[in-house]
Amino acid sequence: MIPAILEVKDIKVRYSGLPVVQGVSLEVRRGEAVCIVGANGAGKSTVLRAIMGSQPPFEGEILFDGRPVRGLRTEAVVRLGLVYVPEEKMLFRPLSVEENLKLGAYTLSDAGRIAGNLDFVYDHFPRLLERRKQPASTLSGGEQQMAVIGRGLMSNPKVLMLDEPSLGLSPLLVHELFDTISKLKEEGITILLVEQNVREALEICNRGYVLQTGRVVQEGTGAELLESDTIRKAYLGLG
Amino acid sequence: MDILAGSVAAGLLIGLVFALVALGLTIIFGMMDIVNFAHGEFLMIGMYTALLTSQTTGIDPLAALPVAALVGFLLGVCCYFGFVKYLLRGPMVAQLLGTFGLMLLLRNLALLFFGSEDRTIHEGLLVGQSFEIGMGIVIPATKLAAAVLAVVAFVGTWLLMNRTKLGRAMTATALNRQGARYMGISTERMNALAWGIGGATVTVAGALLVNFWSVTPFVGLLFTMIAFAIVALGGFGSVPGAFFAGLLVGLITEIPGFWDFFAYITGSSWMSGISMTPFKYTWVYLAYFLIMIFRPRGLFGWKS
Repeated sequence: MIPAILEVKDIKVRYSGLPVVQGVSLEVRRGEAVCIVGANGAGKSTVLRAIMGSQPPFEGEILFDGRPVRGLRTEAVVRLGLVYVPEEKMLFRPLSVEENLKLGAYTLSDAGRIAGNLDFVYDHFPRLLERRKQPASTLSGGEQQMAVIGRGLMSNPKVLMLDEPSLGLSPLLVHELFDTISKLKEEGITILLVEQNVREALEICNRGYVLQTGRVVQEGTGAELLESDTIRKAYLGLG
Repeated sequence: MDILAGSVAAGLLIGLVFALVALGLTIIFGMMDIVNFAHGEFLMIGMYTALLTSQTTGIDPLAALPVAALVGFLLGVCCYFGFVKYLLRGPMVAQLLGTFGLMLLLRNLALLFFGSEDRTIHEGLLVGQSFEIGMGIVIPATKLAAAVLAVVAFVGTWLLMNRTKLGRAMTATALNRQGARYMGISTERMNALAWGIGGATVTVAGALLVNFWSVTPFVGLLFTMIAFAIVALGGFGSVPGAFFAGLLVGLITEIPGFWDFFAYITGSSWMSGISMTPFKYTWVYLAYFLIMIFRPRGLFGWKS
């Protein structure tokens, strides 16, 4: 079996005194797409921010590529190749699309590689190429989502963590977005996805974890979870 | 006519130096929303650095510019890591009073080491030289050199901030600290760099000024106030704003010249009876005051 590149072991996170994550364990293997699904407020995004060190856990262990990363600063975690794609309001709004993308490659120094990655991003998101000179603030919601994901891809991440990328997008755009994520997965990019769109997320991911009030209540392959009665009842609205 | 042209020229030249004085203040503010009350004291240290370097080694004060820049950079970085870093964790009041304390500390250290007497540079390549640039305008060489070199330093800093990867990373941190961290950019390092660049630019401005401006440990306050006026006028955090506001403030300090000119052309006896020279800086502060009331984001504000 392929060893896990990211291992989260029983982490607990408090947010302003309240326990938001109460012992979550999960793992992501190289080349896999894994999703964390669950209702709003279940603590899904907090798990990602805990991994990034921006909302550090007070208990538990996080191993990336076999080394402990709990307690590292966010920027050090990024340097190791663990990249977090936050919500689109984390774009640098007055800067152009291309400047935003180039900032995504901040940890790289090889100009050739940066140019190659830029081409890769423009290949996947031709709209960004059209708008490369425009300030990020002038992009539509869908385009901003492309820009944050593209920016995340700029540093050749070993694991790309996407935090609710479909939030605020129209159903059509959500569909397009999941196509893109699925394509990235086919190209061998390891993905950890947090989503409220349970069905779409489970359809494109190898495995999934279901989070409820800060705990993993169910885990399994995407297909298994889609078949599960509790999931069908609670998240898919099926009887 | 030559009074008017002379005043405009003098105002613009000193304005270019003022712009460089304010540059560091606006960069630091744009980066971490902290107002450095000790900014003028950094300038004072730059003045002493150039003066003492030139007097002890015999090199021209202008050749001491790199020394001043280095001292300013180190001073800024040390202040950040030794002091400001901790202030940033506190409330706004702590930050205000903290840099105010830094101002008092630096001023009194200068008093301790350099004494309170006025010091002036008497020797130098350009000291005492001047040339006529037409229309009867005579410009002291030291002021012209200061203005030209201030523009060079200003543009150089602007290029560093806008055309290099490091500068882009600083801008990113200024725009969105957390977002920048997710790019792998260390906020600490960018903050320290902002203090380094802020310190270096203002000490260079001090080194340029000392050629024609005498230095005492108390010289800083005036420049802190001028820098505040410029930054308020140009928009807190705006680099181009600081440039144009610097020129504007330079012209405002020449109001006495304009006053005399209007007194002369209108032949008004009451105007010529009043000298505006003692109120040179009053107009700067008045402008600051009005801007804070009517356009608190400044004329070119970019950060909301």
